[in-house]
Amino acid sequence: MSDPAVNTGGFGPDLVEVFGPSQQDGGPELVQLLTPEGERVHHPEFDHDFSAEELRGFYRDMVLTRRIDTEATALQRHGELGIWAQLLGQEAAQIGAGRALRPQDYVFPTYREHGVAYCRGIDPLDLLGLFRGVDQGAWDPAEKNFGLYTIVIGAQVLHGVGYAMGIQRDGAVGTGDPDRDAAVIAHFGDGASSQGDVNEGFIFAASYNAPVVFFCQNNQWAISEPIERQSRIPLYQRALGFGFPGVRVDGNDVLATYAVTKAALQRARDGQGPTFVEAYTYRMGAHTTTDDPTRYRLSDDVEHWKLKDPIERLKVYLRRNGLVDQAFFDDLDAEAKELGHHLREGCKALPDPEPMSVFDHVYTEMTDELAAQRDGYAAYLASFEGSDH
Amino acid sequence: MAKITLAKGLNMGLRKAMEDDPKVLIMGEDVGKLGGVFRITDGLQKDFGEDRVIDSPLAESGIVGTAVGMALRGYRPVVEIQFDGFVYPAYDQIVCQVAKMTFRSQGKSKMPMVIRIPFGGGIGAVEHHSESPEAQFAHTPGLKVVACSNPVDGYWMIQQAIACDDPVIFLEPKRQYHADKLELDESATPDPLFTARTVRAGSDVTVLAYGPTVKTALKAAEAAANEGKSLEVIDLRTLSPLDMKPVYESVRRTGRVVVTHEAHVNLGMGSELSARITEECFYSLEAPVLRVGGFDTPYPPSRIEEEWLPDLDRVLDAVDRSLEF
Repeated sequence: MSDPAVNTGGFGPDLVEVFGPSQQDGGPELVQLLTPEGERVHHPEFDHDFSAEELRGFYRDMVLTRRIDTEATALQRHGELGIWAQLLGQEAAQIGAGRALRPQDYVFPTYREHGVAYCRGIDPLDLLGLFRGVDQGAWDPAEKNFGLYTIVIGAQVLHGVGYAMGIQRDGAVGTGDPDRDAAVIAHFGDGASSQGDVNEGFIFAASYNAPVVFFCQNNQWAISEPIERQSRIPLYQRALGFGFPGVRVDGNDVLATYAVTKAALQRARDGQGPTFVEAYTYRMGAHTTTDDPTRYRLSDDVEHWKLKDPIERLKVYLRRNGLVDQAFFDDLDAEAKELGHHLREGCKALPDPEPMSVFDHVYTEMTDELAAQRDGYAAYLASFEGSDH
Repeated sequence: MAKITLAKGLNMGLRKAMEDDPKVLIMGEDVGKLGGVFRITDGLQKDFGEDRVIDSPLAESGIVGTAVGMALRGYRPVVEIQFDGFVYPAYDQIVCQVAKMTFRSQGKSKMPMVIRIPFGGGIGAVEHHSESPEAQFAHTPGLKVVACSNPVDGYWMIQQAIACDDPVIFLEPKRQYHADKLELDESATPDPLFTARTVRAGSDVTVLAYGPTVKTALKAAEAAANEGKSLEVIDLRTLSPLDMKPVYESVRRTGRVVVTHEAHVNLGMGSELSARITEECFYSLEAPVLRVGGFDTPYPPSRIEEEWLPDLDRVLDAVDRSLEF
């Protein structure tokens, strides 16, 4: 197969030359406010004056989010969860995005948004039910403004756009009232960027100027397939073709992710339409606990990304600038341990659903034919009463 | 009282639903200025505005997927799929998302959505414009599936479907859109949505039909009457859930059943109806339940569609086979 980059023969410039390869340590347009070495840098558009309290808060959020992930992974190894989708390495992307939200904003997550869920005040224990097999999401989406985890890749992006169109129809965009104007953030990954639903979501959002932020965590891997299999150009550049701006942010930099997402959400709330945010990060763990990344990627690659750890760089910054003392770390350590205990004990105590409950909520009111099926099953079960079976 | 077509009945029903509830939205391809390719939404955008009658980009999964989000925001979207054969790009959203949202959320989220699909053949169209996909949706728990067969039902059933808190696949026999007219009494009390209706009483054979084949079955009953055979015709109206009570009651009297639909017979609605009738009315049956439907082939080129589609003669042939069994 010939390389299309070689000779465009009248079809415009060589795109790989224009955009550069999709991976290049993030590329020159990567928005960054905190380097992997913990050095605070500034950006002409996306700067933000962070208070010491905010910075400590981000650090705490990321440490606790990692703890949720570590505990859940361990619970899977102990047989308490059937599977777990790990977020290791993506804490900054999720906390930065999650903390940029206002209460009236609405989140449409994938099944890996544990850090965002935590930001929405969802008990991390409620995240485990789906993976343990006791429910399919225990929280009330309307109460938390956080949709149910969505397994079919990219399907939730369209839901987010439709919800944003509803916000428009409610007149909750561009009024200037900070408590009224709302936006949607639709999460997805680099693999999902190939899905039809995601691309249709871009088109609908652009067409109606919907108040939605498309937040793509490019963690470089769709199970075993590298980002090069999904795109020949940087993902954020695709946005332009759909008619709205795209930004690539260092997804391992919680400050930059927060600043960029906050600005994009405000753009949406102000009625200026959709934005694509590509949070450039790395999936340090496996796709899920059933995956074996040693079959398809080099440990060198993982080692390279370890140096960009989102938590370590903020720790260095906090320490170097005297924004924390030992008591802060001790308290946080105790809090993380308590969270771990809560998850371990809570998970084991999660009750299995009653078998008969499967008939509930198929419809808002049970149909007569389903009730008959339920009653037949109940009679069948009752026929065993008093027997040895 | 005015005499109206099915197209007009649906249009009036949609208008009434939009007047009654400001949360009702219409979305689909060409539903705005054009009024839909069949003119079912004619004039609605003009009167209710572009925010409530939304011309969508040409992407069926996008239409249904965004409607999911609107429903989560508290709206009651009514989406139009332009033709039956174009519903498949939205199949994933319908089956994986729309149908399961109430269950997954344990009733916390609802999907009050109506997906209107013009279905069936007989209009001389090119391929993908004449299909009958109802069994695919009736097979999906969480969806409700109904089919109207006449202008008056069109008027009432669309309003009832919109008022339903569960997602409803709403099938409209496109061949009937601009055909027969019926008198509409807007002050009448309609039958509940999820009920079948006996549209012709008879004593020899029960004929089950829905959507476009109701008319076929009624014609067959008329022709049979001339030969001294009495057919009872039931318009099923609801395909999921099925309303079997009037069916069982009828079969216990006649002992003979013919089911007719345009969809392929293999694993079509007739298969399920046959199974249920056999389970409930085994000792009343004088003959096996017979099915008259589309053959198990892709829908044919239109020049031979009238041969392919179940018609009066094929229904009568099945009636004879049932009586002679």
